[in-house]
Amino acid sequence: MWRPCGVFDATYEKDMAIVRTSRHWIALIVSLVIFFFIPLYGSYYIVSFINTLAITIIAVLGLQIVSGYCGQISFGQAAFMALGGYTSAVLTQKFGLSFWVAMPLAGIFTGLYGLIGGAPSMRIKGFYLAIATIAIHFVTLWLLLHLEITGKSVGLTVDSPQIGSFVFDTDERMFYIIMPIMILMTYAARNLVRTRVGRAFVAVRDNDLAAQVMGINLYYYKLLAFFVSCFYAGIAGSLYAHLTMVCHPEQFTLLHALWYIGMLIVGGLGSIPGVFFGVVFIRVMDEIVLIASPYLADWFPWLGMAPAAGLGLTAFGVVLAVFLIKEPRGLAHRWEILKASSRLYPFAY
Amino acid sequence: MNTSNSAADKILEVKSLNLSFGGLKALDDLDFQVMGRELLAIIGPNGAGKTSLLNCINGFYRPQSGTIQFHGKAIHPLQPHTIAKLGVSRTFQNIELYTGLNVLENLMAARHIHMKRGAFLGSIFFGPARREEIRHREVVEDIIDFLELEPVRKQVVGTLSYGVRKRVELGRALAMDPRLLLLDEPMAGMNLEEKEDMARFILDVAELRKIPMIIVEHDMDVIMDIADRAVVLDFGSKIAEGSPAEVVENSRVIQAYLGEEDEFETSSQ
Ligand SMILES: Nc1ncnc2c1ncn2[C@@H]1O[C@H](COP(=O)(O)OP(=O)(O)OP(=O)(O)O)[C@@H](O)[C@H]1O
Ligand SMILES: [Mg+2]
Repeated sequence: MWRPCGVFDATYEKDMAIVRTSRHWIALIVSLVIFFFIPLYGSYYIVSFINTLAITIIAVLGLQIVSGYCGQISFGQAAFMALGGYTSAVLTQKFGLSFWVAMPLAGIFTGLYGLIGGAPSMRIKGFYLAIATIAIHFVTLWLLLHLEITGKSVGLTVDSPQIGSFVFDTDERMFYIIMPIMILMTYAARNLVRTRVGRAFVAVRDNDLAAQVMGINLYYYKLLAFFVSCFYAGIAGSLYAHLTMVCHPEQFTLLHALWYIGMLIVGGLGSIPGVFFGVVFIRVMDEIVLIASPYLADWFPWLGMAPAAGLGLTAFGVVLAVFLIKEPRGLAHRWEILKASSRLYPFAY
Repeated sequence: MNTSNSAADKILEVKSLNLSFGGLKALDDLDFQVMGRELLAIIGPNGAGKTSLLNCINGFYRPQSGTIQFHGKAIHPLQPHTIAKLGVSRTFQNIELYTGLNVLENLMAARHIHMKRGAFLGSIFFGPARREEIRHREVVEDIIDFLELEPVRKQVVGTLSYGVRKRVELGRALAMDPRLLLLDEPMAGMNLEEKEDMARFILDVAELRKIPMIIVEHDMDVIMDIADRAVVLDFGSKIAEGSPAEVVENSRVIQAYLGEEDEFETSSQ
């Protein structure tokens, strides 16, 4: 958060605060209020775009915790999201539970399933663990595609959430479910990473030898990171299923998991604001490419009939390469530099 | 802070410890003890097995035979993190800090075993987790003051100079409130001024915090200055034990150190 020059902290309590001055509070509240009225004046396109952004942010927040903070690279996030979506779908459609019960249960169930996903982290790390999570992705999707209860290759249809007789059956209405949850989960993630458990995660990532010497049980914290991460994926999946009202394996491919990793890299590993930067940057870029590609096809016929299909991915690849070379610490790092310089404004020293 | 030990307490007792890597005997039937609040130096030429010994004590290496007792409790079948919880803390020969965290966070991370709040209360923050953070922050700030680290407290440790990082590592080990501190060459690679500072800090720790210490060190002058007692290792076995002044006079010790020079010449061909 931007902090005016001359504000220094007298107590540790103040030093720990994220929102520091009353002006920050006012700015925060005003922007939240404006934000919450978006569905009233924004177009359908904007609202549905923001909805998917928010759901992606939840999933990538989870990935940030396990990969960015705890250092366990996971390509399983799309599969975990799928599991969350299917769990929520099965619980509401087959067991008649309300969405409000099914969603947290989907989170917890996916979290527990994530313990299986995290189990190999006891023996293997780095590249090998990443490969193991790819295996988990395929096993999970294979199961979802072949089990009777998940509707095999047809998938499942999902009902909209309800409160009393009020049905959240439009994107504008879903906005009011998705947004508060996204904000709540961002708040939780931000706090988690700055307290005891978060420091243990970073300790495991930065130096597993020293972490053990400081009394940190490596395996416990790796599994906990997977649990939390998959809990986030489960919630995101559940929201996604109830937003799109279907569950189908093709909504959750390995490519999605790859995009999520890319968003982390662009945003910056080990940063909560970085998740927002990464998701928004990549999704907006993809959207622009999508809009621009028909024109490109007109202007450059030699690109072929449908450049749109490949163009988004190509742009993604290029952006990723540029970031890895030019700014491996991601947009969050740029943001920190900007903040630090504005904090001293008007005295630039 | 911790239960203060009287001089007669047996803090650590190592009995007939054997550790080998394949055919190589790193520790050979080793016996020694740490008593009361003493500052015990472990010295010996390169490859004598000093680091391996520390690795056995804090659970990284599994000795093939022998016992290690900490306050009367056998610790060598335990996992490193469990041994840490019993109060054994250490620093490393090659600095092992959390490079992505700042000085303050590195020390806060070392409060882990004394803190309780889990993922759930941590993510709510307000209430128990914040109270806990503030309480432990005070402990950590004391150590930062003590080690004169205030100017760098919010700097990421990866950016600090070697000497300062060594000091941060000592701070992190202290932040655990250990009942036994293992220091693996805390002054290696430092210039004279940094060495003097470090020696002063170590003596202050012994004096003010009354923590028993095992310090592995090459520099004989340093040992003479700060250690209460010294154990000399060569090829994994104890060749001498006594006051620093005694051991430097010991003929086997002189031999071992002279032998090291020969070895150094032959091995560097
Ligand atoms: N993990 C290991 N695997 C194989 N051999 C090892 C291992 N650790 C130590 N050794 C061997 O054990 C012997 C003792 O090594 P150690 O590192 O304990 O010596 P040291 O006294 O700490 O030496 P230095 O003063 O160079 O730090 C050496 O011969 C070393 O090569
Ligand atoms: Mg050594």
